[in-house]
Parts: sequence; C-alpha cells; structure tokens
Amino acid sequence: MDAESQDPQRLAAEARDRVRFEEEALALADQVYRVARHMANSREDAEELVQETYSRAFRSWRSFTPGTNLRAWLLRILTNLNIDRGRRQQRAPQMQPLEANDYYLYDRLADDGDGISDEDRVVERLSQDDIVTALSEVPHDFRDVVVLVDIGDFSYAEAAQILDIPVGTVMSRLHRGRRILKGALAESALEEAT
Amino acid sequence: MSIDPCAHCEEMMQPYLDHVLTDAEMAEAERHLADCEPCRRRYRFEESLRVYVRNAAAEQMTPQLREKLSALRIPLE
Repeated sequence: MDAESQDPQRLAAEARDRVRFEEEALALADQVYRVARHMANSREDAEELVQETYSRAFRSWRSFTPGTNLRAWLLRILTNLNIDRGRRQQRAPQMQPLEANDYYLYDRLADDGDGISDEDRVVERLSQDDIVTALSEVPHDFRDVVVLVDIGDFSYAEAAQILDIPVGTVMSRLHRGRRILKGALAESALEEAT
Repeated sequence: MSIDPCAHCEEMMQPYLDHVLTDAEMAEAERHLADCEPCRRRYRFEESLRVYVRNAAAEQMTPQLREKLSALRIPLE
C-alpha cells in the first residue's frame, strides 16, 4: 500500500463510501431478485446467481461510478455471470415455441370461453403457473429482454446497456419475445381446455 | 396500395403501449381504435395481460436470501 492510501482520513472516507454503496445495493435486492428469478431456470439458480452478483459487486464496488445507474450496473454483473456460468442451456424444448401474431392469444382466449367480454376477465383464464411456465419456455435471448423491460421496468436503453446489445436489437427481441410468450400461453390455455 | 387497417393497428400495438410511437402514428392508431371495437378490445387485453404477467411473475425473495446478501458485505476493519 502506498502512503496516500494509508492516510487515516482517506481510509475513513473510503469506508464511508463503501458502506453507502453496500446499503444502496442491498436496497435494490428485491428488484434484482425479481429479474433474476426469471432469467435463471429455477428459484435455486436465481438465489445463487443473486448471491454471486452481490459478492462480486461488493468486491468491485470501486468500479461503480457514483451517480450512475446502480440497478443497471448490478443487472449487468448478473447477466454476465448468468452467461459465464453456462446456465443458458435451454431445457430441451418439446417443440419450437409457437410464435403467433400479437392478437392470437386474445382471439384464442376470448373465442374459447363463455362469451366473457370484459378484457380484464379474459386474462384471468391464465393462471400464475401458466405465466411462470410460459416465461421459462421463451428462449434466453428473448426472455432476458422481456424480463428486464416488462418485469424489471428497465427502459430500452438500460436493457441495451445491461445486455450489451444495440437498442434496435432490444426492440426486435422484445417484440418477438412477447409474441413467443403469448404463443406459449395460448398453448397452455388450449391444453387446459382439452 | 390498400392495407388492412386492423393488421396495421396490430403492428402499432406494442410500440403504442410502450409509448414510443410518434405523435402522428399515435393519432393514427387512436383514430382506428375509436372506430374499431375488436382492435380496441385487443389493445385492452394486451394492456391487462402485461399487468397480469408482471404481477404473476413478481416473486419475493426469501428473508434467508436477504440475510445471506447482507452477510456478504465486507466487514469494516
């Protein structure tokens, strides 16, 4: 260590900054977990991934620039770890996910039923399990974007930064990802109906 | 060339709900929606689906995980 970094005042200031960083990062843990839960393939994977993310974040806190987006910074670490850890292997899909047009799911659900015309009720034909399962069937590249934007509330620009892809790619993957998700939901709704 | 107004409205749905249409496109979508009940229903469905997916997918982390994360903090010397 050089003389400068041993200066007690400097060390105290650094410790304060670090504690503040850790507290701010921990305050975001719920939001980080919510996204991790659907990027990883299981709850256990998600928990491990979040722990690894925080462990790495706490160790490399100096590389975070104060005043920039900490939530996006944490998610960037998380998505990189997720890729590094080889957790991206897709569970072997039974069949290619159905990619229907945007109106397909609604048309299926609305047609299928007893003439319920209230759109807010039509959606209730889907169960929470249907949604979680359908989400897990969306291939990772598309799912990551859908999860960041639609569940994590990240903007297109933030998602682009986190995944290190252009904004245009975020938009096209989001669009396809949502369609694949709706296709998977339509399939599960059909299976239940039969 | 004539285009199917409902197909065009479908193309605008995702960007409409993401609030990324230009003012002119927005006005165009709204004109069609004002006249077309099926499209209006489909947009409303999409909007409620998004909220529903968000809520269904929101899973709280366990208190145990929260404790584990706190324990990862680097102790002060």
